[in-house]
Amino acid sequence: MTVMLSVNDLRLAFGEGAESRTVLHGVGFDVARGQAFGLVGESGSGKTTVLRCLAGQYRHWQGDVRIAGDVYRGARSLAHARRAQMVFQDPYGSLHPRHTVRTALAEPLHVHGLDRVDERIDEVLQQVGLPLHFRFRYPHQISGGQRQRVAIARALILRPQLLLLDEPTSALDVSVQAEVLNLLADLRQKHGLTYLLVSHDLGVVAHLCDRLAVMQQGRIVETLSTDALCEGGAQHAYTQALVAAAEA
Amino acid sequence: MTASPLLQVQGLQVAYGPTPIVHGVSFTLGREKLAVVGESGSGKTTVGRALLKLLPRQARIGAERLQFDGMDLLQAGERDMAALRGRRLSMIMQDPKYSLNPVMSIGRQIAEAVQRAAKLSHAECNERVETLLARVHIRDPKRVAAQYPHEVSGGMGQRVMIAMMLAQRPQLLIADEPTSALDVSVRQEVLHLLDELVAEQGLALLFISHDLNLVRHFCDRVLVMYAGRVVETLAAADLPRAEHPYTRGLMAALPSLRQRRAVLPVLQRDAAWSAA
Repeated sequence: MTVMLSVNDLRLAFGEGAESRTVLHGVGFDVARGQAFGLVGESGSGKTTVLRCLAGQYRHWQGDVRIAGDVYRGARSLAHARRAQMVFQDPYGSLHPRHTVRTALAEPLHVHGLDRVDERIDEVLQQVGLPLHFRFRYPHQISGGQRQRVAIARALILRPQLLLLDEPTSALDVSVQAEVLNLLADLRQKHGLTYLLVSHDLGVVAHLCDRLAVMQQGRIVETLSTDALCEGGAQHAYTQALVAAAEA
Repeated sequence: MTASPLLQVQGLQVAYGPTPIVHGVSFTLGREKLAVVGESGSGKTTVGRALLKLLPRQARIGAERLQFDGMDLLQAGERDMAALRGRRLSMIMQDPKYSLNPVMSIGRQIAEAVQRAAKLSHAECNERVETLLARVHIRDPKRVAAQYPHEVSGGMGQRVMIAMMLAQRPQLLIADEPTSALDVSVRQEVLHLLDELVAEQGLALLFISHDLNLVRHFCDRVLVMYAGRVVETLAAADLPRAEHPYTRGLMAALPSLRQRRAVLPVLQRDAAWSAA
């Protein structure tokens, strides 16, 4: 088992001197290649902040992060973009309203100087289960679930190994959520992708992930396997409360 | 039961232009917790807002019957509705961040509602505001009354909304996704509070939600809406044994900790559901 993502003692603070506020207090976890790992917690627990550090959106953190064995220091580079991509919660907000699907999907290809643009777009649209003629549509001409598929396609087009998923289904209806969750599970299996999934919904995390960590106030309080979670093996009181709320 | 229910709705229709978006919705509501569930666009919020006539001007509301406590809401003019809103029919919305005035202290916003209910002196009013905040289990009412909406958490904000609603003792509360913007632990507190109010004050609650699991445990009865129609009405406890394929499809699509499946069943929509 090779480790795809290893995070050790990740710390992040905002502000200076007396005003300084620490939001991540030494977070650490490992994700094996091809595994899906979930980060669960309530708003303000720091779960999205961890993703943002890994995506290069926050760069002043401290700690030891390794992606596929290479040390990552927080820079945003082409090489990093080819390795790790992020999918955001709200597909309305993450797609440019005046760019067609084709323009949105072609942009990373142009940035990276890749050839066969239309061929690659066809391929990725097929992967996410969208008809090829959708390339001519604007975000407002497709449904929320289809828009999230476009966002996933945009993340996949550079063929990254690691996907950072920030609440990818919480803006969707349950029936559409089921479709997107099935798609994500399918893509992971077909392409051997590694997922780091952030969600407040324990059901979603349990469905998609093999292991998960529960966060509270910038710390990981418990890391366990999904099997243990579903068999009532949660040790920490906070995890147990989340399980009780999810089953209620 | 001899008394007629508090709210009777029969054949409610709402249309924008020639296309109706709510088609003949019927239900009655007594002193109970009635849920309206459905996906986005199913018309559940429109039904809630139609009862208060809080829809845009171009919306046309029609019904065979729309009766609240013996009053015909269809015939009621804007002045009558204004007298009803807040006083006897109240509504709380999904996100307290958008429903509270950001530049007015919480105490003053509740005081406005208090002054609408009864003319009180300044001191009496302040006292009433603090009683109301204590009523919704806010530990330090004086401090919270002086705070502004951005200084309190989401759960606290939603309790402030409920306190404001309580200032005028309404009989019917329409709660539109009141806990969707809240974290799970806070959600339980707000639901518990609503439960208490239904039990103690005999409030009738119309609970609009997309969350089937929540509704199953919290409400008494459930109306399931699809494309502007009620496709099924059933006791909340019977949701796992729902008969309509849409309700069953929604229940099956939920990922669950107890019953894990490799692939989630995807809802197959049937054109007949929106034609019946």
